[in-house]
Amino acid sequence: MNARRLLYITGVVALIAWIIVPIYLIALGAFSGRAGVFRWPKSLWPGDATFAAMQVFLQVEGVWKAALNSVIVAGLCMLFSVLLGAPAGYALARFSFRGQTAYRLLIVLTRAFPLAILALPLTVNFIRVGLYDTTLGVALVHTALAFPFAALVSSSLFMGIPRELEEAAWVFGCSRFQAFMKVVLPLALPGLAATAIFAFVISWNEVFAAAVLTVRERTLTAYLLTVLSESPLHFRFAGGFLLIVPSVLFIFAVRKYLFAMWGISNR
Amino acid sequence: MKRHIVATALLALATSWGSITGARAQSDTLFLSTQLRPVDETTLFRSLVLNAAPQKVTYAVEEPAAFTVRVEAETKAGKRTVSLLGALHGEIQPLVATSLDPVDDLVAAARAAGIPDNLITLGKLGTEKQQYIPWMQATYVMAAKKEALQYLPASADLNALTYAQLREWAANIQAKTGKRALGFPAGPKGLMPRFFQGYLYPSFTGGVVSTFKSAEAEAMWAEFKALWAHVNPGSTNYDFMQEALLAGDVMIAFDHVARLKDALIAAPNDYVTFPAPAGPKGRGYMPVVAGLAIAKDAPNRPGAVATINHLLSAKTQTTVAANLGFFPVMKADLPPDLPGGIKLLVEGVAKTQGAKDALVSLLPIGLGAKGGEFNKVYMDTFQRIVLRNEDIKTALAAQANALKAIIEDTKAPCWSPDKASSGPCPIQ
Amino acid sequence: MTNSRLLPYLLVAPSVVFLGLLFVVPLVQTIVIAFTDQGGASLAHFRKMAGDLNFGLSLRNTFLLVAVVIPLQIGLALAMAVMLQKLEKGRDLVLWIWTIPLGVSDLAAGLVWLAILQDRGYLNSALFALGLIDGPTNWLSYENPTTLFIGIVLAEIWRATAIVLVILVAGFQLIPKEYNEAAEVFGATGWTRFRKITLPLLKPSLQSALILRTVLAFEVFAVVYALGGRNYPVLVGEAYTWMRDSQNDGVAAAYAILIMVISLAATLLYIRLLRTKPETQA
Repeated sequence: MNARRLLYITGVVALIAWIIVPIYLIALGAFSGRAGVFRWPKSLWPGDATFAAMQVFLQVEGVWKAALNSVIVAGLCMLFSVLLGAPAGYALARFSFRGQTAYRLLIVLTRAFPLAILALPLTVNFIRVGLYDTTLGVALVHTALAFPFAALVSSSLFMGIPRELEEAAWVFGCSRFQAFMKVVLPLALPGLAATAIFAFVISWNEVFAAAVLTVRERTLTAYLLTVLSESPLHFRFAGGFLLIVPSVLFIFAVRKYLFAMWGISNR
Repeated sequence: MKRHIVATALLALATSWGSITGARAQSDTLFLSTQLRPVDETTLFRSLVLNAAPQKVTYAVEEPAAFTVRVEAETKAGKRTVSLLGALHGEIQPLVATSLDPVDDLVAAARAAGIPDNLITLGKLGTEKQQYIPWMQATYVMAAKKEALQYLPASADLNALTYAQLREWAANIQAKTGKRALGFPAGPKGLMPRFFQGYLYPSFTGGVVSTFKSAEAEAMWAEFKALWAHVNPGSTNYDFMQEALLAGDVMIAFDHVARLKDALIAAPNDYVTFPAPAGPKGRGYMPVVAGLAIAKDAPNRPGAVATINHLLSAKTQTTVAANLGFFPVMKADLPPDLPGGIKLLVEGVAKTQGAKDALVSLLPIGLGAKGGEFNKVYMDTFQRIVLRNEDIKTALAAQANALKAIIEDTKAPCWSPDKASSGPCPIQ
Repeated sequence: MTNSRLLPYLLVAPSVVFLGLLFVVPLVQTIVIAFTDQGGASLAHFRKMAGDLNFGLSLRNTFLLVAVVIPLQIGLALAMAVMLQKLEKGRDLVLWIWTIPLGVSDLAAGLVWLAILQDRGYLNSALFALGLIDGPTNWLSYENPTTLFIGIVLAEIWRATAIVLVILVAGFQLIPKEYNEAAEVFGATGWTRFRKITLPLLKPSLQSALILRTVLAFEVFAVVYALGGRNYPVLVGEAYTWMRDSQNDGVAAAYAILIMVISLAATLLYIRLLRTKPETQA
């Protein structure tokens, strides 16, 4: 029993290291400056840290406005994804209706087609309807990207909630809507929060649509990532790290919603 | 009363909003560019050059793919936000048919600024009208770490190297240090196709298109394949040679000056720059031109024109050269106190242009949107022969068909160094 | 009764309209581009795609990558989810750490792994310190296709397992504890309980995870390019190259349609294999 326990602890720790170490290394790269990035052999411990590369990014003209745009876009994307995804997921979980498979395929299709290839017609359409270069426009495209997650994940959530619970509520005189709100939703809420968080992160990290569909209303990612691939290596590390930090902190901040789900399985 | 106040406030808001947006549309020129994209360069360009412009200019940078998509999409939708476009010759080329407003009215000013006629003509892109005004120049050079010089063959002159000597040099280094120290930018975003079009082919065959599968070309590929045995295998991942140099992966590298700059600036005393090698037909070299074009139906054409004039001033051009490493499009005296790295680049370029056997290759002209597929022909040929060991003759014959299809599609006549043709450029 | 027959349609209607406008319209426009050449209907772009130097290779590479990465990710995510369930303390923290890669864009992930795996990267520095290699060694060149492939697989597993994990965790929380407890009473071992109770009840989540991950895996691009450059062509990479470098939207669209068809086929397969009828739900 003890040996198994040891094995188990080792596994957990090893997997933690597997995730953390690469993040630590990019942080090391981000703070080590031009000289450190090209040193051989590299030290795996932080030496003389420099903030020079990071500062350049933070002083780029308009970077804070871009950051604000990113938050707005990601927030809208989060909202739209849940509003569209939760009903869709519920329908997929609770009903067998004609065209269900076709609908599922439509959802998956959205992710199965490389977005960049759609960029030209999409941009033309956006210019025509006046969504071009607006945060709303970018948020809509990001919602299209996040929607498959929202719909499929919430559908598997609703499937896992026994329909007997809901039917019991009907028996006690709840309407379908009331039963959903009072019985199903509380159970599904943590999972729905998870889909919202996905949506936020997907939007935060998306480059191509954000870059093509905006000129003045750039998001932070479009602002930084488009230039990343051709900037010197230490800038790339700094920019990459800078983008990782907010989304990791965001996941940390909302982890309660994401992961407080364990308790309820004691029902 | 209350309602009245609200109404007045709304009205005031509306009018001020109107004036804000209206004023913005007039005073602000949106300048979309594929150049100077690295953050540090963008920041320098904004602060040193555009802040001194007569009008407010918003400088937005874009990767070439997104650049094309945006400009074409605006054209298709019939609603333009961008006024001024800055991009490489090859990146402007596909926009000619749909999205540009010719700038014939600026040719006189360009001449007056001292831009030579051959450069201005390049801006016609094979059409009747002036499509862009040359903005900045660059070219490709070679850079080597000084520690590599000890292995240079005794008979070789660094500034008049041949391909055979380059191979011997790289072979020496490999024999002595065990390292394959020569590097080329053959990664997905590297500029390797230009090496084949502007350097290797002209040096060995005296042409680019017409001599594509000639006997000289066969000999050339055999020789290049032999050279490749001493090339760092990481080359197919390198987009920018400055990184491979800084990291110490390679000691000798060929690349665009802007893509060597960082290494040279970081340690100017560690490097030398010199022209690319020569082959039997001469020392091929290719000047690179970035141009300024005005978008069709530009919302602020006067602002774009004013910005172009500002960018063509001798002062702006030398500022750009001294700080960003792109060279003036006219003869201009660079300040003597250039930073060491930039000085190295200037020397390398001067040695290239001044070489006795220099053989100028122009950028492709008249290929329109097929410029990309034209590059692909050369990269595919390289992959087949050098990386996949295919038979040279077979590979060349197959790729020649692809090349022929492009040339016939676009009806592009030969450009230098190929001999002028009356119809589409023939492949021998 | 009509109400309940109409209800599913009412529920999906907003998303259908949304996807229709935002996705299907440009999709149809793109399909038209793929099937026309010089103004007429034509298969020219598809012929050009099939005749391309990298076509067969990128098709093979993509399938190879998907076939290796997906099972490893599902297995790893399952193991992680089970471990989490057993964890008494610090569950939140561990889960948070394990899901960090969710917040890492694929460009940044490519960068991270390039920093580790390149000639003078952290891996080689560590191996050098341990005396296992003599100097910088290139694991990612065209001369070492095996180590390059392993590198790409590692990076993909690191980057994209978190999403599977979160979907599975969400599924785990809905399995009533009583089932396992009952089985334990009847003497079922841990492995049997996992196989007979957990896995079947996890089917809906597994299905979602498999579909999403597979579809996304056919789209892998940024990480592969960061590590492999031109050395490991994949389908999406070829589509982008045709659009970006070769500026031929027709062939790019043809590639994109091929990817879409493959993804749809995989999805249909999963739906069929892991069918869960709403009536037979737990």
